[in-house]
Formats: sequence, structure tokens, C-alpha cells
Amino acid sequence: MQRLIKAFGGTSALIQIAVIAAILMVLLPATTEIFRLNLFGKYLTYAFVAVGLVLCWGYGGILSLGQGVFFGLGGYCMAMFLKLEASTPEATKIQTTPGIPDFMDWNQLTELPWFWEPFHSFTFTVFAVIAVPAFFAWLIGYAMFKRRVGGVYFAIITQAIAVILTILIVGQQGYTGGINGITDLRTLLGWDIRTDGAKYILYYACCIALLLCLLVGNFIINSRFGRLLIAMRDQEDRVRFSGYDVANMKVFVFVMASVFAAIGGAFFTLQVGFMSPTFIGAVASIEMVVFCAVGGRLSIVGAACGAFIVSWAKTSLSDSFPQIWPVVMGALFIGVVMFFPRGLAGLVSDYGSKLMPGRRSQSKPSTDKPDTASRTSSNATPQEQA
Amino acid sequence: MSNAMILEVEDLGVSFDGFKAIDALNFYVERNELRVVIGPNGAGKTTLLDLICGKTRATTGKIKFKNKDLTKLSEHQIVHAGVGRKFQTPSIYENLTVRQNLELSSPGGRTVLSSLFFRRTPKLVARIQEIAETIYLVDELDMSAGLLSHGQKQWLEIGMLLIQDPELLMLDEPVAGMSVPEREATAALLNRIKENRAVIVIEHDMDFVKDIGRKVTVLHQGKILAEGPMEKVQSDERVIEVYLGH
Repeated sequence: MQRLIKAFGGTSALIQIAVIAAILMVLLPATTEIFRLNLFGKYLTYAFVAVGLVLCWGYGGILSLGQGVFFGLGGYCMAMFLKLEASTPEATKIQTTPGIPDFMDWNQLTELPWFWEPFHSFTFTVFAVIAVPAFFAWLIGYAMFKRRVGGVYFAIITQAIAVILTILIVGQQGYTGGINGITDLRTLLGWDIRTDGAKYILYYACCIALLLCLLVGNFIINSRFGRLLIAMRDQEDRVRFSGYDVANMKVFVFVMASVFAAIGGAFFTLQVGFMSPTFIGAVASIEMVVFCAVGGRLSIVGAACGAFIVSWAKTSLSDSFPQIWPVVMGALFIGVVMFFPRGLAGLVSDYGSKLMPGRRSQSKPSTDKPDTASRTSSNATPQEQA
Repeated sequence: MSNAMILEVEDLGVSFDGFKAIDALNFYVERNELRVVIGPNGAGKTTLLDLICGKTRATTGKIKFKNKDLTKLSEHQIVHAGVGRKFQTPSIYENLTVRQNLELSSPGGRTVLSSLFFRRTPKLVARIQEIAETIYLVDELDMSAGLLSHGQKQWLEIGMLLIQDPELLMLDEPVAGMSVPEREATAALLNRIKENRAVIVIEHDMDFVKDIGRKVTVLHQGKILAEGPMEKVQSDERVIEVYLGH
């Protein structure tokens, strides 16, 4: 038992997750009406992406500016299934070709494209939500990391992929629903997802999935693999010359981050009721990195909270002042990077350690940013060896 | 001959944009031998180590380690074959503790899955303790490695190699930037760890070389200028001219 607790990050990390669970699953549903709760559920889907970015970027040092791709792929896989279910021959009998999604009919398609066929099966869809983004991430990761492409170049390439995928989806309107995305989704296995009751259930399902992702994330960063991520971020060559295949490690963490993002995307489609290329593109992808940075890129729980808080702020602000949101977001990102590199989580732990000075010694050096080490080194007495 | 030699470098050459950093080099190291490589700046000393450990790919020639051709292996496979290499500037993981540094360098848990489900065995704990004693860092085991002094970082990196128990250990300027007592401690350390393995040391500090060296190889312009016992090499006129004289 003790070992199990330690494997998931120790008591304090588990308490943090328990607090999050209580807030999400008791406090929020008890105090907000379903319209707002459904919005909260939407914000939570971004928390999946942020948790993935903590592993990939915060720990592994691999900045991906294309997480929207995987969020979108997961979301589109789910949307394709729901759309097929909504496009029964009865529901679409006014179309030229009944039984295919409406946007295909508008684009003069007369039969379902081959890659849509498997999405009649729910089992396949659940598999595809994970497997399609994972395969795509593996492909990108393998091609990049085996060739030792990293840093800024990797960020730019992932950003470009996000833009390319957006253009592809918008351009292939008949196959993808184009700029409008896949809309008018109704039922999941015959169960109407638009009712208030369904929204409650989906919200809870999303919370549980997120909590599981938090646990998996904690398990990863507390394993030898997690320390290896830090080691690769700091001294990649030393890791390579200690007998590790660095590329494999990077591919794995990138795939993990993508799978998290994809699960978030699938829950987005379920709760919001549509999926469109807006959630894939450059802006959306960068927003996801901002969520993670604001929350704290070295804290799994912090990044999840960051995603929630920033998306909430975005909705509130863009309701009243739609023009200034991009400026606020940019300022937020610059501010966090310059003044709070560890984000909200860093602020909270610094503040916490001021209140409880004894806690400081427990914090692991891995969560400190590099310059803390050099700052405190002047206090440490250099040990002279005889 | 193959049996006595752990490392056989034959006709090795590498050129960077036409500049031949290593040129038709033949270099042999016996089992359990401590070899010091010296030479002026740009002689190709570090490049030689880069070639052996796979960081740089050879243009021509062969590097045979225990009759295995290293030029065909990737970096991590060369490590698995039993070659460990310390870099010139200390390369340690500053954000991890000394213990974590050593643990990450230990063999086992080198694939994605085995590192995810890696569990510390009592044997490994004892081994880390033993290495820490060897490299004078027992009291610093739970300290963040970033807080170590420069000399201690050098020792830690040597310890990170020792825990892999390599049959060939290559050290690039292990005493650079060290104080005199630290240098003496390092010489004692090297004399202890050269048991049961071959060690190649690149060094500039001639006093240190005398403390540890038996056989010395002098490199100059990518070629071997002289090779032999320290006394003989020191009196070689060509060596004095290109290197020792100034």
C-alpha cells in the first residue's frame, strides 16, 4: 500500500487530486446550474491537454505547439460516430442520398467515404479515439526524434502540422464538414446527449477520466521514466551515453501527451455537441500551451487548474470584450514566462512554504526550476575533500 | 593479439569539411590497461573519444571493441557493449539528487516500459552506497547535484559511469578545474577504479599524468606522434617540440 501511494506521488499529491475530485464532483455540481456545469465540463477537456503538456513539455522539454491536432483527431473520431448515428435514412430522407451525413449530401457525395465506414461501430470509435492520434503522434515523433530534431524546430513543425490539418479539413468539405465542422450531433448509442440528465452524466464521466489521467500522469513523473525525462531535458547527451535510446523515450512521452489530448477532444465533442477545425489550428494549439504555462508546467494538478481557470476567464472576457482576449492571452503568456516560470502552482507552493517553513525541505529538487539551484548554491558550503 | 587487446582502432579517419581531425590512426588498448592520451589543442584527442563512443561517425577505418565493430552500433548499443564515456565539462543532471543521478545511470530500466515499472532493489541501493563511497560523495547522496562543487560534479559523473561497470572507461580531462587536493583525490580514485577494466584518460596536466600514467600516447594533427612509457615519451624530441616544450 505504502509503495502504491509512493508510486503515485506520495500522500500530498494524492490529497491534491482528492481535493480536485471533491471540487469537481461535489462542490461545482451542487452550486451551479447545468448550463454552467456543461461549460465547466468543456473547460475540463482542455485540462487533459494541459496534463499531457506537463509530461511532454514541463518534464521532457519537448514543446509541442500542435496539441490541437490530437485534441481534434480525438474529437473528430467521436464526432464521426455520433454524426453517423444522427444520419439515419429516416432522419435524412429529404436528402438526395438519404443515410449519409447532411454535409456530404450538400457536397454532392452519393455514398459514404470508406474511412467513415468503421465509425458505425462504437467499439471501433473508442479504439480510434486513442489509436488514431497515438499513431499520428508516433509517426511525427519517430520521424523527428530519430533524426534528433528538437527544441524550436520541433515546436515550429508541430505548429505547421496543426495549420496543415486545419487547411485539409476545411478544404475537404465533403469528407469532413469543412469549416463548420461536424455539427448537429444527437445521440450516443440511442441515448440523447442533449438532455440535462445526459449532460450531468457526461460531466461526471469527463471528471472521472480526468482524475484517472491525473493519476497516470503522477505515476509517470514519479517513476524512473519521469526522472529520465528531467535528465533528458537537462543533459540529453549524458542520457544517451548512459545507454538509453533517447528517441524512444521522447516518442513515448509525446504519444502519451497526444493520447491525453485526444481523450479530452472526445469528451469535448460529447459535451459541446460538435467538433470543428477551430479547435485544431494554430491559435487553439498555442492556447493549450498557455493553459499549461499559466497553471504551472511542472505541476500536473496545477496545469489542469490552469486550463480550467484560463478557459473560464476566456469565456467571461470574450463575452464582454471579444477583441481584447488575444491580447490578454499574449500578455498572460509573456508575464508567466518572465515572472512566474512555474505558473500558478509555483506561486502556490512558494506561498505555502512561507506559511509552513518546514514544508520546504520536503519538496523535491526536480520541481525546482534550474536557477533555484544556482541561487541556493551560494548558501551551501563547498565541501573540501582531503 | 586480439585476446590481449580490448580495443583495436585501425586505419581510423574522420574529416570535417575536408579537415582531417583523425587521420589513418592505429591505436590499441589492452585489457586492464590505463592509457593516457596527451597532445596539443586540436590534436584530435576528444574526437578520438567521440569516434569510439559513437558521438561522431568515422569516415574510414574500424573500431573493434572485444571483436565487435563499434562503428556500426548506435550510441546506446555501444554503452550496452561496455564502453563508458565522461565528457569534458561535467554532464550531470543538476535538477536531480546525487542518488537519483547514480540510479538513472545504473543498467536495468533502460527501455520505456522497464523504466516506468522500475523498482529499486536492495542490491542497487547497496551498489549506489558503494559507488558513493568510491567517489567521496556519501554525505551528498540526497543533495541536489546542482549544488555540488565543480570537482564533486566531475566525481559524480565518474560514479555514474562506474555504476554501469564498463569494461572500457574513457575520461576526458577529469581533473580540469580541480584544486590540488581534489586532483590528488582523483588520482587515487583512478588508481582504484582501473582494476578490472581498461581506462583511457585525456589529460593536459602533466603532474597528474605522472601520478597515474604508465603508457602514454601523444596525438598530433590526428596522428600518433609517440607512444610508450611516460619517461620515454617525455624525452622524445618531436614531442618536446610540438607539445611539452611550451
